[in-house]
Amino acid sequence: MKQLTCIICPRGCQLTIDDNLNVTGNFCKRGQIYALEELTNPSRTLTTTIRVRNRKDVLIPVRTNKKVPKDKLFDIMQIINKTTVLAPCHINDVAIKNVLNLGVDIIFTSEIK
Amino acid sequence: MINCQLVIIGGGSAGMASALKAYQEGIKDIIIIEKDDKLGGILNQCIHDGFGLDLFKEELSGPEYAYRFIQEIEKLNIRCFLSTFILGIDNDFNIKILNKDGVEIIKAHAIIFAAGCYERNAGAINLMGDRPSGIMSAGTAQKYLNIKGYMPSKRVVILGSGDIGLITARRMTLEGAEVLAVLEIMPYSNGLTRNIKQCLDDFNIPLYLSTTVKQVIGKSRLEKVIACRVDENGNFIDGSEIEFDCDTLLLSVGLIPNIGLIKDMGIRFSSTRGPVVDELLQTDKKGLFACGNCLHVHDLVDHVTNEGYLAGLGASLFLKNKIKENLNVEVIAKNYVSYVVPQYINTTLLDNITLKFRVKKPLKNVNIVISDDKRIIKRIPKLTLLPSQMENIVIKTLDLVQNNGKIYVDIEMKI
Repeated sequence: MKQLTCIICPRGCQLTIDDNLNVTGNFCKRGQIYALEELTNPSRTLTTTIRVRNRKDVLIPVRTNKKVPKDKLFDIMQIINKTTVLAPCHINDVAIKNVLNLGVDIIFTSEIK
Repeated sequence: MINCQLVIIGGGSAGMASALKAYQEGIKDIIIIEKDDKLGGILNQCIHDGFGLDLFKEELSGPEYAYRFIQEIEKLNIRCFLSTFILGIDNDFNIKILNKDGVEIIKAHAIIFAAGCYERNAGAINLMGDRPSGIMSAGTAQKYLNIKGYMPSKRVVILGSGDIGLITARRMTLEGAEVLAVLEIMPYSNGLTRNIKQCLDDFNIPLYLSTTVKQVIGKSRLEKVIACRVDENGNFIDGSEIEFDCDTLLLSVGLIPNIGLIKDMGIRFSSTRGPVVDELLQTDKKGLFACGNCLHVHDLVDHVTNEGYLAGLGASLFLKNKIKENLNVEVIAKNYVSYVVPQYINTTLLDNITLKFRVKKPLKNVNIVISDDKRIIKRIPKLTLLPSQMENIVIKTLDLVQNNGKIYVDIEMKI
């Protein structure tokens, strides 16, 4: 038996997973998917910023375009913090392709003209 | 002097939504006044995701959420005065502004006030001890990190477990700082449970409940925070002190509606510290509307956007002279309910009215009861109610038509 807090939405359901991987306490289906994922391969969306070299806004926010394994968060941060970009930057454009060969891109979440 | 039908004060999520709605309702002569050099408000520094689940069924980051609205505003060519401060507003809606072009007066026919909120600071919580550098609000640290690009700290203690504090704890950790502790004076956390999980538990950051700062020590920079447990009356428990060697103390101890510009306009304010409003979000002053965090502090931006839409609708009805006050219902918060917005229902223009409120303390297994003096209008069972979560209850205006009096929002315990 394991207890988990669902992080999919602000409701924050308290989930219980028994030894046969039955999930209870979830309000919606997403809770069940989350619980099983969290036990086998916990993953998160990473959001951070990248330095911009040629504008007065010195940073642009970015995110991973998919969830990444939780234990890779700090490794990805290191790569992002070594990277700089040149404006203009457009929302959803790729800042770093296939980071750490995870099959995940780092994309801009804002615009700098 | 500039003449304008509708002036919106604040270009954040509430202001942008209200502009879009008013425009859609046929009010095209709009000016948005924003003190920052871009639209988006606080969303611009909230680079984490989790916004927009209600409205877009997506998990967007703050800037992505804002961008959807900024794009619309730009497409419609709604006028925006950016990097513009407001020096004052008089009772005839003359708004005195200051920007790089100098001082100007805008004469508005209606105003939507959407100025957001600000963070409580060290003075507001009577923080005891020295006054070194390194004590700042969590939002200030967030701005340094996410907008300005400085790292304000290496070893941090965070006071207050509100969402901004939790999110900043994760952000500082990811950028290489060590977050030693999050302290919360109440016996329960004030943040969303998902944020406790994904911001603290994920990074093994300890949360100390019923614990607060007893003393801060430091000459020029903060050197030490002495935390202490408190009893149920909030008094320090001697001997329970814990010392943290840290260079920064972040305060996440509450948000207060930013109402400075309208506080002398002769209108009433409620216990939220925001203005008293009716169901169209009109204040006591006809033509002055308020929405978003300057009205009451929200926990979800989706709700702020919806409130902006409502204020935009209200202001457009006012400008078209369609508001006829044919009802006179006062909405009263009872017992465990700390406030309800709106405080009055004055018209039958809306079919449904959303009552928004918070409770004073965590409650389990209760009914929310909406009633008037004679009968119960609605009873909704709830497993849990938390002070950190705003509740929304929709009632039908038809249920009130007979009622020129009071309705009550109350919590009853299930037996």
